[in-house]
Amino acid sequence: MAQVNLLHAINSALDIAMADNERTVCFGEDVGHFGGVFRATSGLQEKYGKARCFNSPLVEQGIIGFANGLAAQGTVAIAEIQFADYIFPAFDQIVNEAAKFRYRTGNEFDVGKLTIRSPYGGGIAGGLYHSQSPEAYFAHTPGLKVVIPRNPYQAKGLLLASIRDDNPVIFFEPKRLYRASVGEVPEEDYQLPLGKAEVVQTGTDITLLAWGAQMEIIEKAAQMASNEGISCEVVDLRTILPWDIETISQSVMKTGRLLISQEAPLTAGFASEIAATIQSECFLHLESPIARVCGLDTPYPLALEKEYISDHLKVYEAIKKTVNF
Amino acid sequence: MSTELYNDGPVVHQPTFIDGHSVEIPELRILHQDGTTYPDADLPDIDQVLATKIYQTLAFHRVLDERMVASQRQGRLSFYMTALGEEATSVGGAAALQPQDMIMMQYREQGALMFRGFSLKNFMNQLFSNAEDLGKGRQMPIHYGSKELNCMTVSSTLATQIPQATGYAYGQKLQGLDAVTICYFGEGAASEGDFHAGLNMAAVQEAPVIFFCRNNGYAISTPSDEQFKGNGIASRGVGYGIKTIRIDGNDILAVLKATQIARAYAVKESKPVLIEAMSYRLGAHSTSDDPSGYRTKEEEAKWQSHDPILRMKNWMLKQKWWDEAQETALFEKYREEVLAAVKVAEVIDKPHIDTMITDVYDVPSAQLQAQLDEVKAHVNKYPEAYPFTAGKF
Repeated sequence: MAQVNLLHAINSALDIAMADNERTVCFGEDVGHFGGVFRATSGLQEKYGKARCFNSPLVEQGIIGFANGLAAQGTVAIAEIQFADYIFPAFDQIVNEAAKFRYRTGNEFDVGKLTIRSPYGGGIAGGLYHSQSPEAYFAHTPGLKVVIPRNPYQAKGLLLASIRDDNPVIFFEPKRLYRASVGEVPEEDYQLPLGKAEVVQTGTDITLLAWGAQMEIIEKAAQMASNEGISCEVVDLRTILPWDIETISQSVMKTGRLLISQEAPLTAGFASEIAATIQSECFLHLESPIARVCGLDTPYPLALEKEYISDHLKVYEAIKKTVNF
Repeated sequence: MSTELYNDGPVVHQPTFIDGHSVEIPELRILHQDGTTYPDADLPDIDQVLATKIYQTLAFHRVLDERMVASQRQGRLSFYMTALGEEATSVGGAAALQPQDMIMMQYREQGALMFRGFSLKNFMNQLFSNAEDLGKGRQMPIHYGSKELNCMTVSSTLATQIPQATGYAYGQKLQGLDAVTICYFGEGAASEGDFHAGLNMAAVQEAPVIFFCRNNGYAISTPSDEQFKGNGIASRGVGYGIKTIRIDGNDILAVLKATQIARAYAVKESKPVLIEAMSYRLGAHSTSDDPSGYRTKEEEAKWQSHDPILRMKNWMLKQKWWDEAQETALFEKYREEVLAAVKVAEVIDKPHIDTMITDVYDVPSAQLQAQLDEVKAHVNKYPEAYPFTAGKF
């Protein structure tokens, strides 16, 4: 199997989706001939033509409004928002339109054929407007699915599943890993399940839970902890909404402890939702308070990014504190 | 690809500003109020069969609106919105289209649904949020829609349908269909960002969409001169490079003619068109609104004299396609039918409790099922507090 980076895996998924179904369309700012500012759509216009892969004007609410109409018409619409930080002009079209389309029409119409791709997250010296992790805003919206992959293999399989899922999906891509994360990815078509977490390492003392780029951080912290004799079970949530309560509960009932780490700010982040549910589901199994290792409740910094991020050292310290509670 | 700077005017060497109103926009009128046509007018394609269908739809529209406002005043209905005085815009627009064309409404275009054949029963079931409502009792009254009739379900969110119409039309074009999308909105909604996004994208992507603006003078209480300072909404179409026409929205023949031409152009050239129909919202914004707080009776009276339905009736009488006996019989028939339909719809059960969680996703998740089970157990514990659903599951 070929070793490829995460961008290549995304590009391969889009290529397969467009080859597989001629009613599949990719668009967004700079997505056409240029192939996107990160080159995720590279070569697609040349291969499938300007009608199916094209630049949009610079208007996020228009991109998603257009995508909603296109999906309602029955076309597979894959819209790119250039940075997750710039998704907010489209918030109304996502939250009030895409998410509620099927419900409000009584299933007369739906936008299940919509997928929104957007690079998210920090660690690239992007400052406050090229680093945000806005998944929690969308997790508060019934009707959406929110998916975040951790590596190239996951990215390709989860993106193909998102495109083919009959619900609107927001697919956040960890841009720090676009070129940094390299792994084996099959060239052929495959899908990974939405709504299912994955246990990537079994352990007995504590469950470490994260998603996206934060996964490699908790894996590194788990390695440090194992040197101290602490056995960590490492879990990738993969789908933020609807999330896999069962897999997380089972893991926590076994280990008795849970640490959740996210890039986004602490307050009202998705880690908070998980903590509330797991304390309710696993109350009598818990041996220590659920730990959250998150960003500060500030805008994302630039010069002090290292201090801000939930790095492996912060996670490592929180593991020890939780195990020794 | 082209990077040429846009300049098709002369180069000058003294500062030359363009006036904001320098584009003169003509308004198409075909019918006088007395039912005669302007002698040099180009008439639309219309025969007695189509004219009769249009007129009957207008009459039904007027009757339904009157009866439903009365029902709301009697406390039988929570809410209603009429289209009094601007019925010609939705009925005439729909009459110029083909059944495969998608109609995206704002919320005052029930006339388009009527023309397409949305049944009285369907109207009533939606208005009374009962178990037979196609929308499953989830949206407030007047939020109709029908996949079968290619009429996109109305939503309360203003102007969101505009970029959606562009996308829908682009999809029709990609499939090579002989079909367009028409998108209705008011002059107030045209202030929303989605209007600008939708029109610009339609021009750039060359989508076969007809943007149909009902400029009815008011957005709830805000008059159009406090909404914008440009030359109506039509001037914006010019700015976006979209073929644009302004018409008298109370003139059914002008609406029909302009929309027929717009459809032919959109299909042939695969490009958008903007129609600005000048009209007046004779009724209140909704049954929750009282216009006496922001406009005069004199102003309303002036527009009552431009009634689009009376104007068409006068034309029909002159054509000898209609007479007063038919008129009386038709209105009487519609009034009886509407009253009878109210009595049927208002006693149909509310939607089943299971519909609380359906259609959020294609299939309800385990979490949603668990939440519904909790609600059901609770309803069973306190049945007297939940009369719509207690004992019915």
